Amino acid sequence: MKTVEEIKAAIVAAVPGAEVTIVPNPSPSAQTSLLIDPAHAFAIAEFLRDDEDLALDFLSNVTGVDWLDKEIAEKVKVTRQVEKPVEGGEPGQVQIVDETVEETHKHVEPGYLEAVYHLFSIAKKHGPVVLRMRTPNRTDKVELPSFTPVWRSAEFQEREVFDLFGIVFTGHPDLRRILMWDEFKDHPMRRDYVEPDDFEYEPTAHDEVLKRAQEHKAEVAAGEVEP
Amino acid sequence: MSTTSTDLKNVTARLARSEKLEGWNRPPVIDVEGDSELLELAMGPHHPSTHGVFRMDVVLDGERVIRLKPVFGYLHRNHEQLAQTQSYLASMPYTDRLDYFCSLSNNWAYALAVEKLVGQEVPERAQYLRVILAELTRIQNHASTIGFLLQEMGASGTPLMYAFRERELILDLFESLTGSRMMCNYMRFGGCRVDASEAWLDGARKVVAALPKFIDEFENFLMSNEILMARCQGIGVLKPELAVNAGISGPMLRASGVNYDIRKVDHYGIYDRFKFRVPLGDHGDIFDRYMIRMLEMRESVSILEQALKEVPGGPVMDPKAKIRNFRPKAGEAYGRIEAPKGELGFYLISDGSPNPYRYRVRPPSLINLTVLEDMCLGSNVADVVLIFGSVDIVLGEVDR
Repeated sequence: MKTVEEIKAAIVAAVPGAEVTIVPNPSPSAQTSLLIDPAHAFAIAEFLRDDEDLALDFLSNVTGVDWLDKEIAEKVKVTRQVEKPVEGGEPGQVQIVDETVEETHKHVEPGYLEAVYHLFSIAKKHGPVVLRMRTPNRTDKVELPSFTPVWRSAEFQEREVFDLFGIVFTGHPDLRRILMWDEFKDHPMRRDYVEPDDFEYEPTAHDEVLKRAQEHKAEVAAGEVEP
Repeated sequence: MSTTSTDLKNVTARLARSEKLEGWNRPPVIDVEGDSELLELAMGPHHPSTHGVFRMDVVLDGERVIRLKPVFGYLHRNHEQLAQTQSYLASMPYTDRLDYFCSLSNNWAYALAVEKLVGQEVPERAQYLRVILAELTRIQNHASTIGFLLQEMGASGTPLMYAFRERELILDLFESLTGSRMMCNYMRFGGCRVDASEAWLDGARKVVAALPKFIDEFENFLMSNEILMARCQGIGVLKPELAVNAGISGPMLRASGVNYDIRKVDHYGIYDRFKFRVPLGDHGDIFDRYMIRMLEMRESVSILEQALKEVPGGPVMDPKAKIRNFRPKAGEAYGRIEAPKGELGFYLISDGSPNPYRYRVRPPSLINLTVLEDMCLGSNVADVVLIFGSVDIVLGEVDR
């Protein structure tokens, strides 16, 4: 089978303008994946399926991953010019010296939702080739192109990713919830998912559950939430 | 329940026409004649034939199915989320509950994925034990599936009881080795939990020696049965192109004539050491799916005979395997095996902490249901039960 670098080169040659990045995998499994840009994803998928050498006709696994916003603290050395009194000189006499200070810069790397696809070839009996797509953020821009028209096996699995992670697959013929019920709100596999305050309390509540049950009762009594 | 031959011809002609329009990637839309009145029927969630809590929303034109949507999730307990909140090893018993007929296959698939993630070796003896247990699991799963299929065909009880009689012997073996009949929780990352005694291996040899007789008997009773042929042949056809495109795996894929067995392709474990054939179907109908399972049982018996002959000594657990404070380095791995129902895969992402960052099960039962509608369209409502039965699903794995 071709290496990931060769597959990347083949994709870039076949789909003009496609952006493909190799995502390293330090694990001994050595399953390195390809990050593809959503704009060209559909063309890339069709190429991978129809190319004679690759013939990735079997989409085995589709899954979502939620990556939260990451706060990254970097220590940077900054050199500044400061005025300092001259030692042993007259009072008020200053000189300018360079001083190096260590400062911590914090910046937030925005989180994203990721869809991961594991492809195999039944014709050539090789694989897996791992594709990844990322959404711009986790809140409002959560759309990714659907691969269901290329590989039918994505139909139920993309529905599951939509249900549990909230990635909206454009071009999916039947994007509905699949495991949770239709009236359910929110996506329970997100890392920041908060359970709704409406669970059926245990008949003999204790510890955490008792605390939550009492809080819930108080909120209902205050009219803050519906019972 | 039977339609006249002209009716069938009409349906096939219409199916062929709509397929040309829609392409084989989408279920064909069947147009309804004239002023027929359509009936919407919910088959399930409480229906004896649905193998658990599962619903099919069917639209019928007379007896003919013109739309079918599977509805599931009644057993959803967010198995994946549960696994992400606890250590890697703590999820092992939960994998038993995915496909509760084949807990040992599930154990192996999960252990394989984690072993790939950390680069863990497995000792010889454990490899042999894994193969023996996985093939015994396959035999009891296939026998029960055939039993259930016959049950749905109206042979109430008898074939199922024959299958369960044999299954009971295999479950006794599981119980004496692992302590549990169905929730075995036996494999570990880098081997197996306990060693099998010589007495256990002898017991297994005895059970395996009696299996060909059971399969012969089972096949004799069923093969020439006229009702079985009439109800199974040419019904619920799945074409190989669609099967591959829809990610179908396991006996269902091979019944459509696609030669793909992960035991042969990946050679995971020590499957490259055994001689066995991969049975393939011609037509991809219910009969082929039934027949493939019969033949696969025979191949499994042959693997078992080879494996039981030469079980080596030694430890069943890699002494270097890390058990306490198990924290895989950051990275990811996808491991898969040929489970009795199809390709069972586990996808794990580690961020270096004791819990998996992402734990995903690739459930063959769920993905094999993708084509349920395609197989059922145009057939009688009575056949839907059989087509569904021939897919062989367990709701514990579909819903997770």
